[in-house]
Amino acid sequence: MKEEGKHNKKAKKYGMVINLDNCTGCGACMVACMAENNVPFKEDESDKLDSITWMRVYKLANGESYPDADICYLPRPCMHCEGYHGHSPCVSVCPAVATDYNHDTGIVSQIYTRCFGCRYCMGACPYHARYFNWWDPVWPEGMTKYLSPNVSARMRGIVEKCSFCFHRHQLAMDKAFLEGRTELEENEYQTSCTQACPAGAITFGDLNNPHHKVNQMVKPDNKHGGRPGDPNAFRLLERLGTNPKVYYISSKEWVRRAGDNYLANEDRTVQQH
Amino acid sequence: MKVGRRSFLSFIIGGAAGTAITPLPWKLMDDASIWSQNWPWTPVPPDGEYSYVNSVCTLCPGGCGISVRKVDDRVVKIEGMKGYPVNAGGICVLGLSGHQLLYSPTRVKSPLKRVGKRGEGKWEKISWDEAISEVAKKLSEIRSKGESHSVGSIVNADSGTIPNLFKRFLTAYGSPNFMTMPSMQDSYKMTLQLMQGVNAQAGFDAENADFILSFGSGIIDGWGSPVRMFKANSTWKANGKKVVQIEPRLSNTAAKSDKWIPIKPGTEAALALGLANVIITNSQHSQKISQSSGFESFKKLVQNEYSTDKVSQITGIDSASIVSLAKTFASASKPLAICGRGQGSTPGSLNEFMAVHALNALVGNINEQGGVWAVPEVDYIKWPEVNLDETATNGVQKERVDGAGSEYPHAKSLLNRLAEVVNSGDGSLEALFVTGANPLYSMPDSKAMKKAFDSIPFVVSFSSYMDETASNSDLILPNHVCLERYEDVPTTAGLQKNIIGLTRPVVKPQFSTKNVGDTIMLIAKALGGSIAEAFPWDSYEACLKETLGAKWDVLVENGFWSDSNSKTVSGEFNFYPKAMESLSNFSPVSLEGSTASYPLVLIPYDSIRLANGYIGDPPFVIKAVEDTVLNGKAACVEVNPKTGKELGLTEGRYASLHTPRGKAKVKVHLYEGIMPGIIALPRGLGHTAYDKYLAGKGCNFNELIGPAEDPVSGLDAAWGIRARLTKV
Repeated sequence: MKEEGKHNKKAKKYGMVINLDNCTGCGACMVACMAENNVPFKEDESDKLDSITWMRVYKLANGESYPDADICYLPRPCMHCEGYHGHSPCVSVCPAVATDYNHDTGIVSQIYTRCFGCRYCMGACPYHARYFNWWDPVWPEGMTKYLSPNVSARMRGIVEKCSFCFHRHQLAMDKAFLEGRTELEENEYQTSCTQACPAGAITFGDLNNPHHKVNQMVKPDNKHGGRPGDPNAFRLLERLGTNPKVYYISSKEWVRRAGDNYLANEDRTVQQH
Repeated sequence: MKVGRRSFLSFIIGGAAGTAITPLPWKLMDDASIWSQNWPWTPVPPDGEYSYVNSVCTLCPGGCGISVRKVDDRVVKIEGMKGYPVNAGGICVLGLSGHQLLYSPTRVKSPLKRVGKRGEGKWEKISWDEAISEVAKKLSEIRSKGESHSVGSIVNADSGTIPNLFKRFLTAYGSPNFMTMPSMQDSYKMTLQLMQGVNAQAGFDAENADFILSFGSGIIDGWGSPVRMFKANSTWKANGKKVVQIEPRLSNTAAKSDKWIPIKPGTEAALALGLANVIITNSQHSQKISQSSGFESFKKLVQNEYSTDKVSQITGIDSASIVSLAKTFASASKPLAICGRGQGSTPGSLNEFMAVHALNALVGNINEQGGVWAVPEVDYIKWPEVNLDETATNGVQKERVDGAGSEYPHAKSLLNRLAEVVNSGDGSLEALFVTGANPLYSMPDSKAMKKAFDSIPFVVSFSSYMDETASNSDLILPNHVCLERYEDVPTTAGLQKNIIGLTRPVVKPQFSTKNVGDTIMLIAKALGGSIAEAFPWDSYEACLKETLGAKWDVLVENGFWSDSNSKTVSGEFNFYPKAMESLSNFSPVSLEGSTASYPLVLIPYDSIRLANGYIGDPPFVIKAVEDTVLNGKAACVEVNPKTGKELGLTEGRYASLHTPRGKAKVKVHLYEGIMPGIIALPRGLGHTAYDKYLAGKGCNFNELIGPAEDPVSGLDAAWGIRARLTKV
């Protein structure tokens, strides 16, 4: 297996930091994603198990009774897990190399034309970030006009998921290449959800780059699987060792605890090895 | 050949083994799936030239700047416009889905004339010429009978050129019945008028405030200009400013605030006055303001009637919390109190607005940094006076059908009274124009509104979509959607800056539609005489250019015009206008229904993911609604688990919801964030019109609630209704 960044000294590790204190649960990230990525819709989308939402906003509750109840929203894109050396849960099980870990960007790809719909990746993904197309997408008459040529429409029988708007990376790289550059500025490549968030709760950038905001916000410890250095930062199901690249920040302890499974008396802050 | 048992078995086993080994069936299956995946109905979006056009979104009163991405002549994405003074690059779910509305099959594609019964859905396509002459013929008839005052119009707002063209049309035609969709801004305007003697909108310098006391305002649920408030909320968080939310339900705003104080709904005014009492008793109020007129009477009122203990009893908030809230509020350096429930789409009780405004005045934040500003309307519409002919002169002097200006002298428009007045036979309309509004869906007691509409012989809708009102009209003259038309968007809800935004055509009209500004001018021209003369412009675009004058070039260049000096108007503050006298004996807005048959209280809640105004949720937005809000075809009613237990209701089960005004089948969602005894239903569901993605899902809250007239303003003050929830 290739070591991280071995073949490219300047390997990026694109990741996201979502500040849950700022997140208002407005859903703009979900819709911005649907609009950017030609995500289809059907008549009834209230069964969330088959409702394709690359970005989904979950509502968490602290479990207390009125009036001590509290809620918090948690937007969940694909975590683009690095695992150890690119062994993300889904990549490891895909028999068709339809999903792969890109060591240059840290992005987990999904290649629709290779996918034959075995859905092993969906079983392997602990975040429910992957969705299966049970039906062909159908747009009402006239609405195909708004489909973006940057992202192909998917057909029945394949799996899809958040790509960190990889086409935006490609477009930015093309532009940089034409201008004689090989490196991107921080603001040149931003995902659709990051751009749309009216609360400014989402930050996107290169976790490896100390000048990027994402790195400064969570101070990832890359020697220990990217574990966040900031005490208010956490990742979902940290202890599974999936090494996700989406970090969350919350000032509330109950929210941070909701990010993983803990025993009733267990201290969350004691790191497991 | 004889087939024995042995050879038969070898044939079967051999065949099975052979089939398993040969790749043929697998290959065929693979080919078949690839072939079927390439069936031509999976669209391949064509590539083309990319461009961006800046415009202003008009889907809600927020008025955000948008940057529209196009590929050739197609809109593919809508993003927030960077540097726009309202939203600074941010955008909401509805704005993001604007292109779904542009290409929506629910659009009215050409002028339509009803052929079946009203509401039956049978239409005949007619040409624009026919449509205009049809309207002109009808209006001439009414006018020649001397009934010009019986024509009315319902418009989304009262500022900007489009509403003013409608107003001008009615004036020239001879009718006083220009009505607008109600909102909290009506109450705020009236409050400013009564307490400050100014004619201005309330603007909030929210970003500069450091302690925000919200009386149920959904700061991050769509109140004011939604994206602007999201941004303000993040600014407060980054700078450690405090937000205290007062409401009976843990809304998103309450959950994100620094402190949520549940209150018995409807008693907010008492709390505001109770806080005022503590502030005055502790001499924490601004000394300058205590010289204002009416201060002594106000002081007497709060000290005699709103002692902390009494207020605690009324509101259900303990005394210590009231005292400490008053102290922290008054000692903050830039405190700001706001009101207008949820998104502020209903006007609410005027007493409440006055009490909250008095609280702001006490801490001296009126027209100050971080406070409430009285923002005058941007004064750019300077059209020549209309020459009224005799009919018009008589017509405009008649009393308005809704009683605004006569029965309720301070009110400008009281659409909430229309249904009752018409249904009781006290007033009538011969013809009604509706534009930018969907009153049959979004007015409280929508069934009564429907009944009133049924008795109006001629209803003309200018809607771009086949909404509830359009489908119950006689004639539809469809407007362009906002991505296809020019329109000016003056200072938006709750903004303290004087700005004008420019909505402009991003793509050419997709169907045979017309800008409603052009349509109204064509109707005027067809009527001739002094009505035609009132509209000297060749087209709406020409009118807009002339009206904006020098600002036009700035608008085209930047997308917005803003006054470099923020303007406010000031008048002498009056703490105790006559209207406040009713507060000497606090009684909350009474709830319809008896406690015996309706033991619970039903309140609505607003979510930014549910559009509840003129526009209904486009497919993307309804998809983003949680399954605890809309589940299958049923809306979910929020019930406290304690209340649920008493009623024997469990999570996810169907229940039947009854109010004195209507009933609905709902699903139960047990929610710890709602006060026991109170149940909450989302606004924005239960459409009967629009497409299959929206229609028939959930129930319309407005069918379950009735209006309650505010005794002073005449505006709708209802905030809930008594209800009964039973197992089915």
